[in-house]
Amino acid sequence: MTARLRMRSLQKSFGATRALRGVDLEVGPGEVHALIGENGAGKSTLMKILSGAHAPDSGTIELDGKPFRPANPMHARHSGVSMIYQELNLAPHLSVEENIMLGEEPTRLGWIDRSRRRARAAAALAELRHEGIPLDAPVSSRPVAEQQIVEIARALITQPKLLIMDEPTSSLTDVDTKNLFQVIHRLRERGVSVIYISHFLEECQEVCDRLTVLRDGESVGTGAMAETPVPQIIRMMVGREIADTYPRGEREMGEPLLEFRNLAGFAKPKSATLSLRKGEILGIAGLIGAGRTETLRACFGLDAIRSGEVWMESRECTRATPGQRLSDGIGLLSENRKEEGLMLNRSLADNLTVTRYDPVSRFGIVQAGAQREASQKLMDSLEVRAESPDQPVGELSGGNQQKIAIGRLLHHQAKVLLLDEPTRGIDVGSKVQIYRLMDQLAASGKGVLFVSSYLPELLGVCDTIGVMCRGTLSEVRPVADWTEHSIISAAIGQTE
Amino acid sequence: MAPTASNRTSKLRRLMNVLGPFFGLILVVVLFGMLLYIQDIRSEMEFDGATGFKAFMETARSIEYAQSDTFPGLKAFLSGANSKIIFIQTVIVAIGALGMTMIIVSGGIDLSVGSVVALTSVVGASLLVKEYHPALVILLTVLAGGGIGLINGLTVAGLRMMPFIVTLGMMGIARGLAKWMAGNQTVNSPPSFVNSMMAMHEPMQFLPLPPGVWLAVLLAAGMAVVLQQTVFGRYVFAIGSNESTARLCGIRVRMHKVLIYTLAGLFFGFAGLMQLSRLTQGDPTVAIGLELDIIAAVVIGGASLSGGTGSILGSMIGALIMAVLRNGSNQMGWPNYMQEIIIGIVIILAVGLDRLRQRRATTE
Repeated sequence: MTARLRMRSLQKSFGATRALRGVDLEVGPGEVHALIGENGAGKSTLMKILSGAHAPDSGTIELDGKPFRPANPMHARHSGVSMIYQELNLAPHLSVEENIMLGEEPTRLGWIDRSRRRARAAAALAELRHEGIPLDAPVSSRPVAEQQIVEIARALITQPKLLIMDEPTSSLTDVDTKNLFQVIHRLRERGVSVIYISHFLEECQEVCDRLTVLRDGESVGTGAMAETPVPQIIRMMVGREIADTYPRGEREMGEPLLEFRNLAGFAKPKSATLSLRKGEILGIAGLIGAGRTETLRACFGLDAIRSGEVWMESRECTRATPGQRLSDGIGLLSENRKEEGLMLNRSLADNLTVTRYDPVSRFGIVQAGAQREASQKLMDSLEVRAESPDQPVGELSGGNQQKIAIGRLLHHQAKVLLLDEPTRGIDVGSKVQIYRLMDQLAASGKGVLFVSSYLPELLGVCDTIGVMCRGTLSEVRPVADWTEHSIISAAIGQTE
Repeated sequence: MAPTASNRTSKLRRLMNVLGPFFGLILVVVLFGMLLYIQDIRSEMEFDGATGFKAFMETARSIEYAQSDTFPGLKAFLSGANSKIIFIQTVIVAIGALGMTMIIVSGGIDLSVGSVVALTSVVGASLLVKEYHPALVILLTVLAGGGIGLINGLTVAGLRMMPFIVTLGMMGIARGLAKWMAGNQTVNSPPSFVNSMMAMHEPMQFLPLPPGVWLAVLLAAGMAVVLQQTVFGRYVFAIGSNESTARLCGIRVRMHKVLIYTLAGLFFGFAGLMQLSRLTQGDPTVAIGLELDIIAAVVIGGASLSGGTGSILGSMIGALIMAVLRNGSNQMGWPNYMQEIIIGIVIILAVGLDRLRQRRATTE
């Protein structure tokens, strides 16, 4: 029997980054195949190649024994490969029917054939046993689980041979997840192959027949789901040696600076508890979407707090605006440098000093000379490669931009630094400088809360690590008690 | 680190941001000068019905042999008296642009300016009719503009509404209020020194300029300092450049938005006062579409409607460019509709050139 999909030594590079180093993947007809890997293992690149968004550099893809090179998502779809993305891709104001048939509207003489459109949309929902969803309702008025069904129905319109689902349960409740599994079973009975991407191994065990594990852009293992125990899967996911070296000076931990007590926001986090001491670097690990960013945002006053408490230097101060937090001595580095972290068209000097103009202004008038001098000092100590403090920050490279964003916290003389993915998307040299800086800050008695998706750096830099899973952060342990294996287990909700 | 070539070009680019509108102004003046010069010669030569290319060639030839040094059109255009008129025509747009620059830099927009100018001019005239002291009238008129701005700001910030919608509504409300207050007719203001703020003494000489012009210059200088040098000004830029960052940096975004719209409203009230002074009456139907002239001036001056860029100097030059275009077209004897077409083209050209320049800058 020929495989539905067969990929052989697929490779893809983006500039100097080798996203895929050699991926083999084989999916049979009517097979549900789990694709498992850490953040950044190459899953999304692989899926983007399959859906036609990227072209591979080398390697072969065969669909039902014939070479398959999709030119664009529409081409992939019409060749029988449909994709359901993690974030729902629906037009919120259009009706359920219009969304299901979007881009595939049946026409007669150039006019939309409404009765046929209705019939086909209804048939797609019926196939999923969800006839109850009203076709005329705006899709945004339906619950998320139904929106997901609409998304699947849309994927089914083109009669796909292969359906790719990327983290389909991340926004679903347990009951909806069970329903989704039934839908997947029905698809399997019809002979549709499914690639199921998920971080949650118990889900994969429940719904998948076989699995392939990706690590650092390579497929490192494949097998039948029933015959592969979870510890073995996790071992395949981690696999690497901790080769990087991290600077670590003499640090001494003092009294608690910042504490969360069952901190909860409105969607996330559900409950976060930790205590950050002077001179400590506390890492927060977890999957994307686990609520790590939201925890920092709630603490900093950017998102509303529903319940729980925030304590700063033994003083309860749960509710606060970002301005008050800054005057408490807390600084936040946003994970999203371009959208939130920096004012790209403003000067380095303004970006550095905006939270604390007092030392560089007199009677509300900014002293340009003093501002430039203070900025230059920070730029020198952070080794920022720039022409002058007057340059717009958008002209710098990613690593240098990040240094400016961190420099702002230094200028603010924050006692507590909340760093959200500070090394994301920057070059290795800048990364090492940022690790060194974090070490120096901790050594000088500041507290650093360090959110990262890259486990080696968490293990290398932190004194203590907490793992967040589905909105809950409770287990904070010394770094010596953690391994990559145990962190991943905790992050995907597997208790050892 | 030694300055590299790209460093130097980026410095040049930033210099161009400042000088661009200046060149535009000079270009417009020179262009109209040349047009008027040609027109002068042609009217002197009295062509016998030659048209098209032939007429053009004859004109070109005649420039070489032009003996006359009268050039009435060109001289009138460049005369002190005409410059004075241009400045006076600029004042209202310029004062409005002071407030508008701040709003646009913060990422907002205000469409209610024309109506607010009409309303405040009616308020001022009505108060003068009731024989309030002129100084008090000035204060109350300006405050009336500030009041409208405060309502705009509170609505934008409090209800988190798009400024476009809020001020579009206010455009209607203020215009209606003005007509209501004035009983749907103009309110003649009795003579007082309010009327003399824009009065043209010695119309044939450049000096003295009416006090309104000097006031506008003074306010512009003050505003330039506020926007460029003060912490408040930096916050305005920060909010317009990236509102999320501003929030992240502890700037009280909503409070500042209220402040920005209120402060701008004060300027619009002041522009209304100038309008009153110029017409010596409060007219509820005056200044229709003024907001678009003001926005055009700000945008020609280098501001971006997406916020975060713009300067007072640029906006002032933008306002001057608009006035020179109007005045020059008048001098040419072009009909009103030609002026409108030309101004429209200039706006698109100015902003289009700016875009091109920026695109080149980012792809470098």
